[in-house]
Amino acid sequence: MYAFEYRRPASLAEAVSLLSQAEEGKILAGGQTLLPTLKQRLARPTELIDLSKVPELKGIREDGGALVIGAFACHAEVGASDLVKRRIPALADLAVHIGDRQVRALGTLGGSIANADPAADYPAAVVALKGTVKTDLREIAGDDFFTGMFETALNPGEVITGVRFQAPDKAAYAKFRNPASRYAIVGVFVARFGNEVRVAVTGAGPSVFCVTDMEAALAKDFRADALSGVAVSANGLNGDIHASPEYRAHLVTVMAKRAVEACA
Amino acid sequence: MSCTVTMTVNGKAVTREVEERTLLVHFLREHLALTGTHVGCDTSQCGACVVHVDGRSVKSCTMLAVQAEGASVTTIEGLAAADGTLHPMQAAFREHHGLQCGFCTPGMVMSAVDLVKDNPTPTESEVREGLEGNICRCTGYHNIVKAVLAGAEAMRAGEPAAAAAE
Ligand SMILES: Cc1cc2nc3c(=O)[nH]c(=O)nc-3n(C[C@H](O)[C@H](O)[C@H](O)COP(=O)(O)OP(=O)(O)OC[C@H]3O[C@@H](n4cnc5c(N)ncnc54)[C@H](O)[C@@H]3O)c2cc1C
Ligand code: FES
Ligand code: FES
Repeated sequence: MYAFEYRRPASLAEAVSLLSQAEEGKILAGGQTLLPTLKQRLARPTELIDLSKVPELKGIREDGGALVIGAFACHAEVGASDLVKRRIPALADLAVHIGDRQVRALGTLGGSIANADPAADYPAAVVALKGTVKTDLREIAGDDFFTGMFETALNPGEVITGVRFQAPDKAAYAKFRNPASRYAIVGVFVARFGNEVRVAVTGAGPSVFCVTDMEAALAKDFRADALSGVAVSANGLNGDIHASPEYRAHLVTVMAKRAVEACA
Repeated sequence: MSCTVTMTVNGKAVTREVEERTLLVHFLREHLALTGTHVGCDTSQCGACVVHVDGRSVKSCTMLAVQAEGASVTTIEGLAAADGTLHPMQAAFREHHGLQCGFCTPGMVMSAVDLVKDNPTPTESEVREGLEGNICRCTGYHNIVKAVLAGAEAMRAGEPAAAAAE
């Protein structure tokens, strides 16, 4: 790790101002992605701004029909939250299957979506649950937030404060996980809001995407069988030592069916 | 560049001057000479470095010492009683041959204690799931799982696992 300075702001305003003054500032949340990156010397920030003492980023609350989860909520907290389990059980279930127990104790919602790993779980929930990403400056629709592999709509120095998730009538997340890392080789989040159905896929492509053909088929007939014969193309999907693009394309339909079945 | 950190480690307050980039595991091993906490992979995968920070198990190779400012940290050295009596989970690992080379053991025991605290009556599959962050290259896990189940029982009963296993 290269040397850096460490700051621990006590408010959002202070965090934003430290970031704007830093030569090459980097936010530190749970550190579960950033510290491994720094250890490999893949980044060289001059200052780390630790968000752990910023009260505006904490907590989980209800807001009308939605849930607002603070950016600093760790995966263990979301997974164990009675409120999340009651309002959006699929989201609690997603959180308890991220990484392992120790990663879940530190890794945060804000860090996960800011990092936008193509295999991360939360992006599928942000998109399927019609999420809104709240920052110190604005609100960004979940559909517009993830712009590419490890890329988001965030400006430099912009701080995610939380995510508002709409509570669906039914939802489930099915993940075909990498057995070593537990990241998604393919993860599909299905959510039904009245007559509207959202099918968001992570792990398969460079960034999370919706499968509109599946959404239309499920809107007409919300059963796993409705997806038989609805395939996605392998074109542009990820291929690596874990799975080829063709295999990932196949898994999208399999996981989507499992998610629909889990909604029953 | 350096800064001062203060935290409680195994019940004792400690203050040291460290570089900001010092990892918690290096702080424990090199500054405090608590070498029971191991470094296996250094890439957040193996769990040999697991310690408790404010009651939660974390990988100390993936946390900065400064992030533990003001926290209460427990390492494997802090688990046994002052008179040397092993913690029931340690006793269960010994009784059930939950180790071979022992390299992964401090992390396994710290993870196991944390998971049993949350779930005092885990099933075998809950134990296996709870230990996903810990890798052992020797045992094949079978006896580790047995040890954790016995350790959980002993922790419930508040007695050493050796007696519980009779
Ligand atoms: C062994 C292991 C297994 C894992 N398995 C999974 C898995 O199965 N599924 C999965 O989804 N993830 C997995 N992860 C990743 C984990 O979920 C991380 O918690 C997550 O990627 C990053 O969150 P963090 O809070 O640790 O962020 P950090 O590492 O602190 O930060 C990550 C990035 O986000 C930026 N950032 C952080 N917070 C904010 C904010 N509020 N506003 C703006 N930018 C911010 C940082 O500057 C940095 O660039 C795994 C990680 C490890 C080490
Ligand atoms: S040394 Fe920390 S997880 Fe392997
Ligand atoms: S006993 Fe050798 S690594 Fe587990």
